[in-house]
Amino acid sequence: MAEETATSDPASTPTETTDKIVVRFAGDSGDGMQLAGTRFTDASALFGNDLATLPSFPAEIRAPAGTLPGVSSFQVQIADYDILTAGDDPDCLVAMNPAALQKNLKDLRQGGTLIVNKDAFDERNLAKAGYEANPLEDESLAGFRVIEVPMDELTKEAVKDSGVSGRNVLRSKNFFALGLMAWLFHRPTEPTIEWVEKKFAKLPEVAAANTAAYRAGYNFGITTEATKTTFEVKPATLPPGTYTNVNGNTALAWGLVAASQKSGLPLFYGTYPITPASDILHELSRHKNFGVRTLQAEDEIAGIGSAIGAAFAGNLAVTGSSGPGIALKSESISLAFMLELPLIVINVQRGGPSTGLPTKPEQSDLLFSLYGRHGEAPLPILAVASPSEAFETAIEAVRIAVKYMTPVILLSDNYVANGSEPWKLPDLNAIPDIEVSFAEHPNGPNGTFLPYMRNVETFARPWAKPGTAGLEHRVGGLEKDAITGNVSYDPNNHQLMTDTRAWKVANIANDVPDIEVSGDEDAKVLVLGWGSTFGSIRAACNRTRRSGGKVASAHLRHLNPLPNNLGEVLASFDKILIPELNTGQLLKIIRAEFLIDATGLNKVAGEPFRVTEIEDKIQEMSA
Amino acid sequence: MTIPSYTRADFQTDQEVRWCPGCGDYTILASVQAFLAELGRPREEFVFISGIGCSSRFPYYVNTYGMHSIHGRAPAIASGVAATRPDLSVWVITGDGDGLSIGGNHLIHALRRNVNLKILLFNNQIYGLTKGQYSPTSEVGKSTKSSPFGSVDYPFNPVSLALGAEASYVARTLDMDRKHTQAILESAYEHEGSAFIEIYQNCNVFNDKAFIQLTGKEERVHNRIDLEHGKPVVFDGGAKAVVLRNGEATVVDSSSVDPGAILVHDETRPDPSIAFALSRLSHGPYGPTPLGVFRKVSRPTYDGEVNAQVQAAKDKQGLGDLEKLIKSHGTWTVDESGVNGG
Repeated sequence: MAEETATSDPASTPTETTDKIVVRFAGDSGDGMQLAGTRFTDASALFGNDLATLPSFPAEIRAPAGTLPGVSSFQVQIADYDILTAGDDPDCLVAMNPAALQKNLKDLRQGGTLIVNKDAFDERNLAKAGYEANPLEDESLAGFRVIEVPMDELTKEAVKDSGVSGRNVLRSKNFFALGLMAWLFHRPTEPTIEWVEKKFAKLPEVAAANTAAYRAGYNFGITTEATKTTFEVKPATLPPGTYTNVNGNTALAWGLVAASQKSGLPLFYGTYPITPASDILHELSRHKNFGVRTLQAEDEIAGIGSAIGAAFAGNLAVTGSSGPGIALKSESISLAFMLELPLIVINVQRGGPSTGLPTKPEQSDLLFSLYGRHGEAPLPILAVASPSEAFETAIEAVRIAVKYMTPVILLSDNYVANGSEPWKLPDLNAIPDIEVSFAEHPNGPNGTFLPYMRNVETFARPWAKPGTAGLEHRVGGLEKDAITGNVSYDPNNHQLMTDTRAWKVANIANDVPDIEVSGDEDAKVLVLGWGSTFGSIRAACNRTRRSGGKVASAHLRHLNPLPNNLGEVLASFDKILIPELNTGQLLKIIRAEFLIDATGLNKVAGEPFRVTEIEDKIQEMSA
Repeated sequence: MTIPSYTRADFQTDQEVRWCPGCGDYTILASVQAFLAELGRPREEFVFISGIGCSSRFPYYVNTYGMHSIHGRAPAIASGVAATRPDLSVWVITGDGDGLSIGGNHLIHALRRNVNLKILLFNNQIYGLTKGQYSPTSEVGKSTKSSPFGSVDYPFNPVSLALGAEASYVARTLDMDRKHTQAILESAYEHEGSAFIEIYQNCNVFNDKAFIQLTGKEERVHNRIDLEHGKPVVFDGGAKAVVLRNGEATVVDSSSVDPGAILVHDETRPDPSIAFALSRLSHGPYGPTPLGVFRKVSRPTYDGEVNAQVQAAKDKQGLGDLEKLIKSHGTWTVDESGVNGG
């Protein structure tokens, strides 16, 4: 009895309470590390921690097992306060094989906890990972708290009564690791077990195996007192409200559904599968009961083509891709611009050029978004700053597109798309309706319809849906007469139409909220950012200020047109720092637009900024 | 609702038609306008979408909704209209360069999906708008500006291509035969799903008399094979017939075979093999060439299925509830004191 009491009480091991912890799960891409990380995250979210995640996986579906290119990892930071990034250096690393250790050990904090699957450290795997000697047997891990666990053996033992057999037995070892982590970090176990039971309801033996492995991992921690201390991160104190954990692709898809409801326009998504944008298609294709129609086209061009057709037909039309696909869509984006139809073009950016780094984040398509079209074709551009913020930004993009009858480019990137964070759910009733007014009556003399007769305030042309009697009209890629919409080669007309289209987009600036400055108004340095660097920049500024420094930051959602007050804001600081995951694209725009000698902090390493990188730069510039 | 009474003029626009004088496109335009007027369907329910090329100017001249889009993309754009608006009649106007070269991919995929589109491919076997280069249907050896030593490209047979692309409706007609064209338009209009119509169209500037074997007074008698559903395939005043030998369609003297051996045309035959065999009788309008409907079979349409799925989801799950959607991944609440309430 005494033993049982001891084993059922995780608190028998001393607990250290900490404000934040960074955990990384790393293993072979077949080891289920993304799933383990996501489950750990969801359990933490439901527990009430603030958190941010950084999944990292190879572009290959399954690189050769045990090799360095095959390593997949998932990092999550959990905290009892409002955090903004997935953290820099992990405090705890789970390495399921030698390759995972080889690739990730350099990031583990000195003195951090290292959990390794001892069973995977055989000669063959060590050789594949490039180890000449077994690191578990020499002094190379002396600086860490190492927990060696025979996970293969223990998982086999745990699942032996579940009904799974053969190769499937070891598939549950990620749940063993997850169970051990749940013990080590005091994660609630119920959400994970409930999830397993629901997810594998149709495969009861798999559910039983995963649950058994999970419990075995948890109990292994208790019985062996695997570490001298366990860690606890209390729930974060967050603003009151209802929260969910969401990634950027999902929030963006939901934002489009919300915009469809708020505008009364049926949502159409025409696209072609591409990493890392495909999950938007997956999400939207599930919601047909919202009237959503998705078309998986034969290629990128047909994806946007079908969306242009849907826009002409009166739908809320959206296409989505990543850099290479957007390049293919370029001619069609110019057509949509010329037709002056509302269209959302989502670019979930990834490392480029060409196939580049398909599963890694980069912000290198900003200039492409601004200028990557033939002819004079300026477009509104918005960028998503964080996973949860994608919801609101998608709605804003739709509002601009239908109000001004223009395609809008909506930039996200791999970090935002796959990273997740708690999202305080908005009051849906408080989101204003998106006004849409289709043309219903002739607007010209003698009952004629003039498809380019513009709204005097927005300069938007009327949107007349096929099926509306009396408004039959033709649009097309050829230059159109400014009023009648008939083909026109008149020199003055082309000048007028080019100027008008540019002016229409520039005028949206009056509809763009002023950029807000956060932090110290009297600081020397303002950090200006856009897109997914939001978290790293804000965290770096917070750290600077906590350590007594002064700094201000501002983040752009609207990249074209820029907020009207941006020039004034920039002029009120001595120095402007622009961190970007590219070689200096916003930097170039800011210098050109405002003649300001801004400084870039640039990185294209296929990973987000470490907070310290920005913090150090702020310090250097503040000196 | 009263059925509108139209004349051809109701489908004309105020735009000056800018094809070269004598172009076959004029005749096709007249046939289409006359056909639309006869249908009596409200004008606003038609959408004409084209790509780039001489034929693709077509929508500017038809008083319906229309879009003159970009090179080769009309089937994709039209698919977006058809998939979301089953209440409309959507037509694609394309040519041999637009539809078979730069836009070949979109064409075959629209056909395979069976999107409810009526696709008119004006085949003049030449690039007209760019002034006379060989096209993907030009014959081997054709001497043009871009092939001064003769083209070495092997051409497509558009009807064979459409049949191979799983098209549910495939037909061929001729610009100058307005009656035949209108009959084919009507049959295509009635067909649920993609309808592919190859229209042999004379370019009198860059490829004049390309179809002389089918249009010349002397020649056509010997070469024009009119496919008629349920009837034996005979031509040349009954002197010639088509039989199947070893799976191939072969022209024979009618007198040399048992009348029972002559192929009886069945456009509704589910298997496309015989339709394909007929399409191989001539790889272009160079000898005995079939005109008419090769294939007309019933198959679920893309737009029909898409909209049925939407309706089924609404019926089964109820209309989408946004509040439920954003809470669908599980939620927790934080109360006024900032404490997680689970």
